[in-house]
Amino acid sequence: MASEFRRGFTALLPVAASVAVYGSVLGVLAAQKGLDWLDMLCMDLAVFAGSAQFVMVEMWDGPLPVLEMAAAVLVINLRYLLIGASLAPLFQGQPLWRKLGVIHLVADENWAVTMAETRRGRGSVAFLLGGGVCMIGIWTLGTVAGVLGGSLIAHPEAYALDFAFTAVFTALTVGLWRGRRDRLPWLAAAVLAVLAERWLPGKWYIIIGGLGGALAAMLQPESPREADHASVR
Amino acid sequence: MHPSAELPAALAIGLAALATYGLRAGGLLLAERLPKTGRLRRGMDALPGALLLSLVVPSIANAGPWGVLAAGITALVAWRSRNMLVAMLLGMAVVLVQRQLGL
Repeated sequence: MASEFRRGFTALLPVAASVAVYGSVLGVLAAQKGLDWLDMLCMDLAVFAGSAQFVMVEMWDGPLPVLEMAAAVLVINLRYLLIGASLAPLFQGQPLWRKLGVIHLVADENWAVTMAETRRGRGSVAFLLGGGVCMIGIWTLGTVAGVLGGSLIAHPEAYALDFAFTAVFTALTVGLWRGRRDRLPWLAAAVLAVLAERWLPGKWYIIIGGLGGALAAMLQPESPREADHASVR
Repeated sequence: MHPSAELPAALAIGLAALATYGLRAGGLLLAERLPKTGRLRRGMDALPGALLLSLVVPSIANAGPWGVLAAGITALVAWRSRNMLVAMLLGMAVVLVQRQLGL
């Protein structure tokens, strides 16, 4: 258990550096919106969702649009419904309190790494939790450091810091490639996501692309290799 | 710190936290009733990759030709080396050089 936790924590360290950079960008932007380090810390610990926090900070003006913010966060984080569902096999047989506790510490990064690990037969709840603790720790450090040093960096985009997000998720996505059987689902997901992002408001494209890809996987015939895999189980 | 200014902030963070936690826990708990094999399961298994791809492809497309090049290098390095940090830094370096040189 403890070694699994440590393994999960360490597995996220390479990602942690980029998360810290990404977090510090959020902190810098938050400082310009008048958030102090305590606001940032509370948001990190309570919400713990990168892109949603970026949108919250963006909307952080004048009398706070509290309801609009909550709605935006709900839409952007809809993917966590799917992410939570995808983790159900990993949590099978675990007590409810552990499910309700650990699930809060699931971010895109430690989820992706844990899914890749599970695919190799080495995933566990303790591994997921270790990665989550690593992520929330580094996320908190990065964002708070960003708030405190916020006024020192005038133009973060000049240093390509805004591209950190895209780079992180590009690298993570590559790690989830499962071979030939992913061709059609991934093509469907990419096309749908691009179209939906262009024509629909908000972050619906993430949900539409994800569901479209899953639907494509359901419609294509079962691959022989996958059938072998199922019979082994 | 004025209480009048802190209350909306606490409310905004609280509601956002409630929404996010509800989705995380809801997904996990509701999924227990879903099948373990068959088509639906195949769809669920394909979700992680499809979802992450959908998150990243539009942001690459919006980053312009240099962003596409940078993401391509990131993807290639991540695929060949499995080193995500190096992959990410190389991608950022491309964008950095492009912007510093004003290309």
